[in-house]
Amino acid sequence: MSQEQETVVFQKPSDAVHTGHPTPMTYFTVAVVLAGITGIEVAVFYVNWLSYGIIPVLTILSVIKFALVGMYYMHLKYDARLFSTFFVCGVALATAVVFALITLFSFFV
Amino acid sequence: MATLTFPIPRPIHPTGVWGWITTIDHKRIGILYGITAFVLFLTGGIEALLIRVQLAAPDQDIVTPEVFNQLFTMHGTTMIFLAIMPMGAAFFNFIIPLQIGARDVAFPRLNAFSYWTFLAGALMLKLSWVLGAAPNAGWFAYSPLTGLAANPGHGVDYWIVSLMLLGIASLAAGFNFLVTIVNMRAPGMSLMRMPIFTWMTLLTAILIVLAFPVITVALIELMFDRTFGTNFFVVSAGGNPILWQHLFWVFGHPEVYILILPAMGIVAEIIPTFSKKPLFGYPVVVLSGVTISFLGWMVWSHHMFTVGLGPVANSVFTVTTLIIAIPTGVKIFNWLGTMWKGSILLNTPMLFALGFVGMFTIGGLSGVMHASAASDAQQQDTYFIVAHIHYVLFGGAIFGLMAGIYYWIPKVTGRMFNEAVGKFNFWLLFIGMNIAFFPMHFTGLDGMPRRIYTYSSEMGWSFWNGVSTVGAFLVAVSMLIFVYNIAKCWLRGEPAGDDPWDARTLEWSIPSPPPEYNFVEIPVVQDRDDWWAQKRRQVRRAVPVAGGSEDGVEHSIHMPQASYWPFLVSIGLFIGAYGLIFNFAVAALGGVLAMISTYAWSFEPVNEPEETPSH
Amino acid sequence: MEQAIPPAAHGAEHEATTTGLNHRKLLMWAFLGSDCLFFAALIASYLVYKGRSVVGPFPQDVFDIPVTSVSTFVLLISSMSMVLAYSALTRGSLKVFRIWILSTALMGMTFLAFQVFEFRTFATHKIEVECAGLEVQELTAIEQKVAEGCAAGVEKVVEQHGLTPKTNLFGSTFFTLTGFHGAHVTIGVIWLLSLFLYSFRRGGVTPERHLDVDLAALYWHFVDVVWIVIFTVVYLFGVFEGFQ
Repeated sequence: MSQEQETVVFQKPSDAVHTGHPTPMTYFTVAVVLAGITGIEVAVFYVNWLSYGIIPVLTILSVIKFALVGMYYMHLKYDARLFSTFFVCGVALATAVVFALITLFSFFV
Repeated sequence: MATLTFPIPRPIHPTGVWGWITTIDHKRIGILYGITAFVLFLTGGIEALLIRVQLAAPDQDIVTPEVFNQLFTMHGTTMIFLAIMPMGAAFFNFIIPLQIGARDVAFPRLNAFSYWTFLAGALMLKLSWVLGAAPNAGWFAYSPLTGLAANPGHGVDYWIVSLMLLGIASLAAGFNFLVTIVNMRAPGMSLMRMPIFTWMTLLTAILIVLAFPVITVALIELMFDRTFGTNFFVVSAGGNPILWQHLFWVFGHPEVYILILPAMGIVAEIIPTFSKKPLFGYPVVVLSGVTISFLGWMVWSHHMFTVGLGPVANSVFTVTTLIIAIPTGVKIFNWLGTMWKGSILLNTPMLFALGFVGMFTIGGLSGVMHASAASDAQQQDTYFIVAHIHYVLFGGAIFGLMAGIYYWIPKVTGRMFNEAVGKFNFWLLFIGMNIAFFPMHFTGLDGMPRRIYTYSSEMGWSFWNGVSTVGAFLVAVSMLIFVYNIAKCWLRGEPAGDDPWDARTLEWSIPSPPPEYNFVEIPVVQDRDDWWAQKRRQVRRAVPVAGGSEDGVEHSIHMPQASYWPFLVSIGLFIGAYGLIFNFAVAALGGVLAMISTYAWSFEPVNEPEETPSH
Repeated sequence: MEQAIPPAAHGAEHEATTTGLNHRKLLMWAFLGSDCLFFAALIASYLVYKGRSVVGPFPQDVFDIPVTSVSTFVLLISSMSMVLAYSALTRGSLKVFRIWILSTALMGMTFLAFQVFEFRTFATHKIEVECAGLEVQELTAIEQKVAEGCAAGVEKVVEQHGLTPKTNLFGSTFFTLTGFHGAHVTIGVIWLLSLFLYSFRRGGVTPERHLDVDLAALYWHFVDVVWIVIFTVVYLFGVFEGFQ
């Protein structure tokens, strides 16, 4: 018994999945930003009074770098959502496993 | 298209043994997996029988303690990695492309590579019995028993490299089926119109690709400790064996769902077919599969309740484990709901499927008892756990797989099995299995530990152990009957026809056995259980092959060509793995062979340009 | 609306698919998602053992953040050159493609050279203690032990206390994690050099076959992204104690 009205169609692989395209200038800009953030990270590292405070700062900066490479260089911003789903699931599960193990080892072992 | 020529030409329609070695046809690969897995299942069974003979009576020394340790290690590792998983793979291979209306999988050569690498890993493990020493530290290989200090021989090394090979094979297959199911469904087959077995295979593939990397790291760390002197599990350096347990079980718990989901999928195909009713609550069954796959990542430390993680960790994992029982139970009710007011045929596949439902429920109930850390404190490492394992994996997974064999053998071979012998097979196995494993609940609750090679007559465990052994031999006899029945079917069975069961899914709409290209015309799907819908409306919906007529169909459908590179890469990996144990020069040699073959494979096109056929 | 399905194609690129996406690209993304779990287990092993080594050297003894920052920077720029290589190819400039892809491979090799240099420096790490004014110096436990050599009447005692995978937990986890990352980089470099060389073959690398380069690029960026995590979690957090 048919549950859905629409028929799913075979689609030819196409560039239509790209919803826009960065220019070489965009890539260069991203590179400058990445280098800049790395510079900030190293600088923050030497700021002693922040002490443990550098952990959230550096984490956020790293996440930004990760996202920039993913979205622009790996083209996820412009590509089909399914690619992002595959990758984000892996990253999310990976992060959860790391945190779970750290937690289990710091409080319970 | 640039091609490179090689001394051995690429096979074109090869025959005989060379044909099997170079095949990239999913149906042939499925048969290879199925036969190999079954033979290995029998070897695991022999290992089990030896265990049962040793334990049949107290204070026996039919085998030494060391051999006994090797027996239970090899039995567990064999059954999980060399029997259940590859038997599941046999079904993925043969059935999935047929169920989704495809001509093959997304990466046929990668598919062949999965099989040959699996075979390499299987041989490496089984040969350990004769080559060096079989591993002896249990199928989950807890540290520090697996460290060099406690285990200086090569047994554990064999276990490590075999599992690495098997892991590579499983990962390759997982990726292949993930892409195949996502990307090669017939037009109109949305996700919610897929056969339920296809759904469970998709979830299994996702679990495989996410879980196996974790055990790969655990194996690498253990190997490095043993081979390079690192300190991952070396207590004197501050290492913690608990890390092994965590890494192993983060893999290990999703692994048990990898073992059971395919069998659940098979049962969920069979029950509707022989109830002549659609699966009750299909969306809910799908959702429970998804939920189980998701929650399966949050329960792993229930294997570690007695390690001393503390009350908070134990409580958290108790709760998550109790929760995961819910979607599992939901599936059981959906299967019962399918049968309710259905027109039920209790033939052999249906009996095995119903056997699954009953036996898996029993295993699930003991599982819920283990879920509570408090009661598990008594049950852990006793035969109560062994009972649970065997009810879910034998009564569950194996029964489900055997149901699948009986169900689909007419499609694979084009021949029907003897129904009377099939029923006898089922009942003898059902009775034998329960006689073998039910008493283990008693001995377990009575305190009999796992992995002991003998016990004193004063413990009071003698009677039930004896009973178990009798059951084990009944199981063995029923397996011989199974072999006889399937072999006779394959060689001399009556022609079965395309659709002997009046079934519901697309694989039954094509000839038995299927032609190389599967479908003359790729079907267009408009319903769930589309074949059933087509039959009821006496419609055949298909899309004409461009430029083809029925007669000329063989020539207008071009199937991917055979290749020997997957086989060669597997040989390279086998040699490399052996070298990792004994000689790094050999390992390098194997690596070089694998790398060259991989290069050659990547430059080899899917099809060589063929001459236009003259007829 | 239904479309006629062509026969199973000679080249998978032209085959119609359910999602409209290419099989191989889907495979690469699934692989990258899976590889995240591989590195997660290695990173988790590192973090779980952080601060628990019984003997040194410890991270703050050996890490040279300025040097590692340079190699990090090199890897980041290599991602830019990779993406410029792909962009050049899709625009049809094979020569420019060759320049950028070779640059990427060279930067990858530079990164690996830094790794090798770093590993060797760690392995030959020495502890020096000046014997003059021992009483006023603040010495760590290991330095005190080394200082016992001052009894021989020398000006300075130098002992090798290298960091290898066998030395302690830090060595085991650090070298395994960064070593496997380096192995991933090596595979990437070989892949990129192969593409570079293959581009000299007629019809080897063309705009129509851009997917071949796209797949290599995705892998390369992933390797870069993993390093971003390692640089922060291992190096920049190196000064901290650990989770106890």
